[in-house]
Amino acid sequence: MSTDTPDASADDAPSRAELAARVDELEDALAEATSDDGGKKMSIIATKGTLDMAYPPLILASTAAAFGYEVTVFHTFWGLEILHEERSKNLKLSSVGNPNMPVPNAVAALPGMDRVTTRMMEKKIADNDTATIEELIETSLDMGVEFQACQMTIDLMDYDEDDFYDGVTTGVGAATALQDMADADIQLLV
Amino acid sequence: MSAEFDITETLDVKGASCPMPVVKTKTAIDDLAEGDVLEVLATDPGSMSDIDGWAAGTEGVELVDQEEGDDVYKHYVRKTE
Repeated sequence: MSTDTPDASADDAPSRAELAARVDELEDALAEATSDDGGKKMSIIATKGTLDMAYPPLILASTAAAFGYEVTVFHTFWGLEILHEERSKNLKLSSVGNPNMPVPNAVAALPGMDRVTTRMMEKKIADNDTATIEELIETSLDMGVEFQACQMTIDLMDYDEDDFYDGVTTGVGAATALQDMADADIQLLV
Repeated sequence: MSAEFDITETLDVKGASCPMPVVKTKTAIDDLAEGDVLEVLATDPGSMSDIDGWAAGTEGVELVDQEEGDDVYKHYVRKTE
């Protein structure tokens, strides 16, 4: 049997320089994996457009921005109404299907009742000095929140880019939202 | 009032409710310099917990005091960086 086995394995062994290079490579990969690239992120998907359901994403978005989070809110389906400059000022509320509202469903379903319930809620909002939807959007935009309008829904609803508040991002889809969610520390579907 | 700190500026958010006290506090703090103390006057009872939580979870600010008055909640926030 030959005795050159140790020599052969010595030849295969990586050199000191190769090992050093490998260590550098691993250190770089570790630094990248553990790095906090700039800070905390939150991603919200807003899918509802009734007056009551427009509040939670906006309140959380503006508050998270106050905490220093980088926030994106992706608005899809009825959630798009919140970004529509004109329609966001006339969001409606219905008592139908909501047993916590003081109007029985049978009455709430009558024509014109949504308007009554909406007025009731709007009065409560004004009396309580709760911010309006418009104020929350403007405030959030000022604080750097990125509002995204789902392009598919824009086309579906036949809206125009100009219909939305200045500063709203259009031309984005589910892949963008997914990317934001993957990068975020907090992900919410509202 | 304790005189351990000087108030640089006062923010009046009386009447405003969640999330505005926190949001406006953050905006006001941004305009101040390191070491400055912002006094926040609020009527929202939730502001006691909210501004405390915000200050604890936010870099560069420190809650130095809170006072619960008869109608007004006072918060003192220092900008630390």
